[in-house]
Amino acid sequence: MTTPTPAVPGLDLSPSPAAAPMSRMLVAQTLLELRLTLRRGESVLLTLLIPLALLLFFSTVDVLPEGSGPPIDFLVPGVLALAVLSTSFTGLAIATGFERSYGALKRLGASPLPRGVLLAGKTLAVLGVEVLQVALLVAVGFALGWNPGGSTAAGVSMVPATLLLLVLGTACFAALGLLMAGALRAEATLAAANGMYLVFLMLGGIVFPLSQLPSAVARVAELLPAAALAEGLRDVLTGAGMPWAKVVVLAVWAVLAGLLAARTFRWE
Amino acid sequence: MSDAAVEVSDLVKSYGRVHAVKGLSLLARAGEVTALLGPNGAGKTTTVEICEGFRRADSGSVRVLGVDPAAADSEWRSRVGVMLQTGGFYPGARAGEMVHHLAALARHPLDPDALMERLGLSSVRRTACRRLSGGERQRLGLALAVVGRPELVFLDEPTAGLDVQARRATWELIGDLRASGVAVLLTTHAMDEAERLADAVVIIDGGTVVASGSPRELTRGGAEGQLRFTAPTGLDVTQLLGALPEGTSAVEQPPGSYLVRGVIDPALLASVTAWCATHGVLASDVKVEQRTLEDVFLELTGSELRR
Ligand SMILES: Nc1ncnc2c1ncn2[C@@H]1O[C@H](COP(=O)(O)OP(=O)(O)OP(=O)(O)O)[C@@H](O)[C@H]1O
Ligand SMILES: [Mg+2]
Repeated sequence: MTTPTPAVPGLDLSPSPAAAPMSRMLVAQTLLELRLTLRRGESVLLTLLIPLALLLFFSTVDVLPEGSGPPIDFLVPGVLALAVLSTSFTGLAIATGFERSYGALKRLGASPLPRGVLLAGKTLAVLGVEVLQVALLVAVGFALGWNPGGSTAAGVSMVPATLLLLVLGTACFAALGLLMAGALRAEATLAAANGMYLVFLMLGGIVFPLSQLPSAVARVAELLPAAALAEGLRDVLTGAGMPWAKVVVLAVWAVLAGLLAARTFRWE
Repeated sequence: MSDAAVEVSDLVKSYGRVHAVKGLSLLARAGEVTALLGPNGAGKTTTVEICEGFRRADSGSVRVLGVDPAAADSEWRSRVGVMLQTGGFYPGARAGEMVHHLAALARHPLDPDALMERLGLSSVRRTACRRLSGGERQRLGLALAVVGRPELVFLDEPTAGLDVQARRATWELIGDLRASGVAVLLTTHAMDEAERLADAVVIIDGGTVVASGSPRELTRGGAEGQLRFTAPTGLDVTQLLGALPEGTSAVEQPPGSYLVRGVIDPALLASVTAWCATHGVLASDVKVEQRTLEDVFLELTGSELRR
């Protein structure tokens, strides 16, 4: 039924304009973005189920090359990197592309919500989803016998460097995702984001090491953010020290993509 | 006189080689409904979106609530409500979520549920925006524009695609906004809408204003009118004309229907009925037709469909 009911009492239309406090806007925007993300079936599949399935599959099926350590030590950092990639890059790009084509971003541009708060809300929602992913993957990792550093104390000491890499990776992939979503049509973004997801999955050292790739390909792959993140996490979580070169690769991508996205992003 | 809410002068905007707006000026006052009326492609949306701060003018000056919209901040945006011509929502959000969200961005919003009730949106509160029908989307857009209690609202074709009841509900809401002191600038193709709602009508065509004024001023211009009546076929219209003042014309068209054109005043009506009486003719369906805004509009913008 579309028949509108006549006058509803208690609707005082007299002007009373004022923006809500910034903190309330940020909370509202973050919660909306989070709800919308978790409601999309394909996004849950992409961000939770695929990394989880890869972790379970490769830890039980012995297809990984014989290496230095147990496969789980190789796998957990890889799927953590994949989780960041899928949420902050693929998921964010696709959602933003469609929001843009439906005029959602334009509409919010006409509301009191400052652009910075919109972006902050999106970022917080991405981080919120990542917290869920990381908690789930780490818990499953532990259940599969993952024991980074060999002791609880050693494991805890790896947390700061791990978080730094996760946040830097998120910044880098979110900037790449927004760069794409802000320039391409929604359908093109969908295709490109999925395509790049696959490329990053193959060339990112996520489920098999870069050393398995032809050396020329590996040299290029090393400079891509996916490999920098996955191998960087692996260095930290296997106690191989702080991977500064990989931090630099991620930071350079983050800054370049961020600047370019800020210049080219079209809200309509 | 009330203050200017929107002041546009000599606005110019081109898209490449398309000159969408060519030196347009208009004024919308606080507490009034101003209707921008014009054919497709006249430059209405372009003008409105420049006023909303979405597009940049090539030249000319635009003041909205005393501010250049290109330099608008969050506080200014809270004073201005916007209904886009199309879209403007998260595809996956529910209609109710969208209204509640816009309400959460304002400090003293309307009650979102009461507003949706009033616009007949209660039954689609939980429907994803992308699944709403065209008319439901329109009403959602209107709700989003007003929920923050702005002092000025821009409505780009608020009643396009609405059914009769929804159109009436929208008109009532616009009337109440006006009565509450809100300035409304809307665009429309519907003459009856402009005639009925607007305090001021600005007719634009080809990117410039071709006429403006209150609906009464616009329809009064040129006191020409027409009188139509039904009577047996084959009356002698030349003889009838002899009884009428100079400058009046009369035709039978179609057979049995007579059309008298000229300055239609009470005296003329009396002459026509007197002539009928002396000739034993019973005229029925006697109707004085005033110029409508549609006549004015077609006169000014031409009746051909242009490309
Ligand atoms: N972004 C754009 N790029 C190129 N041309 C545009 C753009 N927006 C509008 N135009 C052109 O500018 C002219 C005016 O368009 P506008 O949308 O302002 O018209 P309108 O009066 O709102 O029409 P309608 O009644 O159909 O909504 C049209 O010829 C249109 O094709
Ligand atoms: Mg338009």
